[in-house]
Amino acid sequence: MSSLSPPAKKLWWNEPIHKSELMWISLVFVWGLVMTFMMPYWHVVGKQNLGTETYKTTPAKFQAATEAFAEKFTVRTEGPRNHPVVAPPAGGDVYMLGRLWDWWPTVELKKGETYRFHLSSLDWQHGFSLQPANINIQVVPNYEHVFSLTPTEAGEYSVICNEYCGIGHHLMIGKILVVE
Amino acid sequence: MANTTQMLNTVFRTCPDTGLKFHGPAENLIKANAVAAVVFLLIGGTFGLLVGLTRWQAVHLLGAEDFYLVLTAHGLNVLIFWLIFFEIAVLYFCSAVLLGCRIATPKWAWAGFALMVIGAVMNNVVVLQGNSSVMMTSYAPMEAPPLFYLSLILFAVGALIGCFVFFGTLVVAKNDKSYEGSLPLVTFGAMTAAIIAVFTIVSGAIILIPTFLWSVGLVGEIDALAYRLIWWAFGHSSQQINVAAHVSVWYAIAAILFGARPLSEKVSRTAFLMYILFLQLASAHHLLVDPGVSSNFKMFNTSYAMYLAVMASMVHGLTVPGSIEAAQRARGHRAGMFTWLRKAPWGNPTFSGMFISLVGFGFLGGITGVVMGAEQINLLIHNTLYVPGHFHATVVLGTTLAFMALTYWLVPVLFRREIIFKGLARWQPYLFGLGMTGVSLFLMGAGTLGVPRRHWDIGFAGTGGITHEFPAAAYTMLALNGLSVIVAVIGGAAFCVIIVGSLLFGRKLGDQKMEQAWIAKPVTDEEYNANGGSAYAIPGTLALAMIFFVSFALYYFINWKYLAETWGIS
Amino acid sequence: MSDHDSDQSGPVPMMQKLLDNPFLLLFIGVASPALIYLVWGLAEIFTVPAR
Repeated sequence: MSSLSPPAKKLWWNEPIHKSELMWISLVFVWGLVMTFMMPYWHVVGKQNLGTETYKTTPAKFQAATEAFAEKFTVRTEGPRNHPVVAPPAGGDVYMLGRLWDWWPTVELKKGETYRFHLSSLDWQHGFSLQPANINIQVVPNYEHVFSLTPTEAGEYSVICNEYCGIGHHLMIGKILVVE
Repeated sequence: MANTTQMLNTVFRTCPDTGLKFHGPAENLIKANAVAAVVFLLIGGTFGLLVGLTRWQAVHLLGAEDFYLVLTAHGLNVLIFWLIFFEIAVLYFCSAVLLGCRIATPKWAWAGFALMVIGAVMNNVVVLQGNSSVMMTSYAPMEAPPLFYLSLILFAVGALIGCFVFFGTLVVAKNDKSYEGSLPLVTFGAMTAAIIAVFTIVSGAIILIPTFLWSVGLVGEIDALAYRLIWWAFGHSSQQINVAAHVSVWYAIAAILFGARPLSEKVSRTAFLMYILFLQLASAHHLLVDPGVSSNFKMFNTSYAMYLAVMASMVHGLTVPGSIEAAQRARGHRAGMFTWLRKAPWGNPTFSGMFISLVGFGFLGGITGVVMGAEQINLLIHNTLYVPGHFHATVVLGTTLAFMALTYWLVPVLFRREIIFKGLARWQPYLFGLGMTGVSLFLMGAGTLGVPRRHWDIGFAGTGGITHEFPAAAYTMLALNGLSVIVAVIGGAAFCVIIVGSLLFGRKLGDQKMEQAWIAKPVTDEEYNANGGSAYAIPGTLALAMIFFVSFALYYFINWKYLAETWGIS
Repeated sequence: MSDHDSDQSGPVPMMQKLLDNPFLLLFIGVASPALIYLVWGLAEIFTVPAR
């Protein structure tokens, strides 16, 4: 009678459990509770909780909103792709769109201020990967994702696409600038 | 007529080495599925070599277009075709062979097999033609040709038929009274895999059929978010089939090599029940940084309902080596904490493969999976190379190595051929295990540094000057990953050569018994009780389990600390 | 763990009956994730408000 054969005892449910196993089961059960607790706990005390506010949108609508945002707050254009650098007021809304194969526009933020980001895609799915801060968010067409970001250090940050989006995927990169 | 069918369906042979009873049609089906599995492992593994050598930035073997094509083919061949073919073989083995009965509806089983072969071949043809480099996930609205989706649907339908042949065989065994009492634990574990497979395939149908209709123009639009949600019920659950299947294989190998019996039937089966109820919820791991689904949904699902399925894996992680320790102690290896482990047959690839699979799956795959599955920690690693790093530990080091280990034992049993190149076979699990451990660690290391997955060039050479500089360590990690890939591929190729070579050229065994014993006699109650009545005390395994627990807890909290250091997000 | 310390008389316990019933397990194994994951998730996605 091994694990390859039916149980030795007909009423195996009634067999006692050895204390080694019981000890381990209790330990891992409590550990499971600790891990279960950590996520809601972090929602209360932690500063990194991705908001889930979402709206249905369309590529056309989102593009219009992003262009309006850029028009209002563009301070200069720069970089190889001649992107507008958009500097919204502290605490304001930020629109950024992903499309094949670009993030648009370039955004300039102030360190320590909190911004309301609006993120969507004009075509396929993309991945918003902010480096080297290492924040990674899925970008889905027809859904406008709204969440808050608070930069903690000044510098030039890259937005790399980390959701495969076709043959030019590795060309898809944008910038977020953080100033003091 | 009815009588001849009856006759044909009841051709049995008894294996001289194991005493197992093989129903002819069942045996042929197991052989066919296992051989198909190895063929797709060979194909998928070759693609994997090309992926690894391209990621190595200094080598950068393939161009972008070829890289994405090969990456798509690599994922589908190994993650889907190799594993599911082998799992169907495991299902038939655990039902018809372990229960000693005929297989239900062998004609349907062959039809399922044919559909799977057609689907898998067709998929490879479509992908290699070049218009289907959409990755395994084929996220809508990125579109592949209709035949891409159709090939996956055909494969899935074939696999579903296989699952129902398995359930049918359980009914046959019960009606024929070919076993007494409850199912063997290993069969119960296989049943768990089959149940998860049914959920997986049904989810696949729910999303792939409309996507197929969309690709031919009959459906207007596929909602990208709904696609992600349902696709992952298919894509992630299919990896949970692997978990349930390889845990069953661990139990089987413990019984085969040591005559081990589960420490407690109740505990091991309840752990499998936790898999049945909750393991599939982990599909939400892929949606943790998605819009549109609430934090409550994310937290409840990603934790497999309060980590009950994680608890189940940790229980198996204790009871599998624990059952080996108990059996070894009962057979006399009682000294100290670890004599039982030192005296294990480390030169037998069935054992070494299984044990490396157990340790690799637990320490590398399990811990990282749970940690990055915490809702907020996922922000740090989503879609980075950390993710493939993690699943190369679960699915390759864990599942693939466990299946390889079992194959060394199955070939002489099923095909009545001796394994050739025994010296190479001794080393193969170590080679493959070492290479894959490297792949897993270095991919995770690169992911921690932010390197994206599925990305052809992290040097951003073609962007016209807009770049990002990853730390030099990221490039080192990718180079070390390339070297590890080479080691792993040598190990994988050695496996294919040994197995295919044994099938073709291995010494024929016929009805002769082999010189060495091929299956251990089950440990008896007397033997267990001879050890001063404490046969189920497992101090060595508990010590190992505590090391595991401490590593897990440390790594878990270290990652919360990393998280706390990044930008504020809400 | 020897013969005398387990009760081998009486009816089959409920949990053992459940674990010995593959088709009931198949049902709950499909229904549980279908409800908790698929139905809950789709309900949330399909009730996302329009802009």
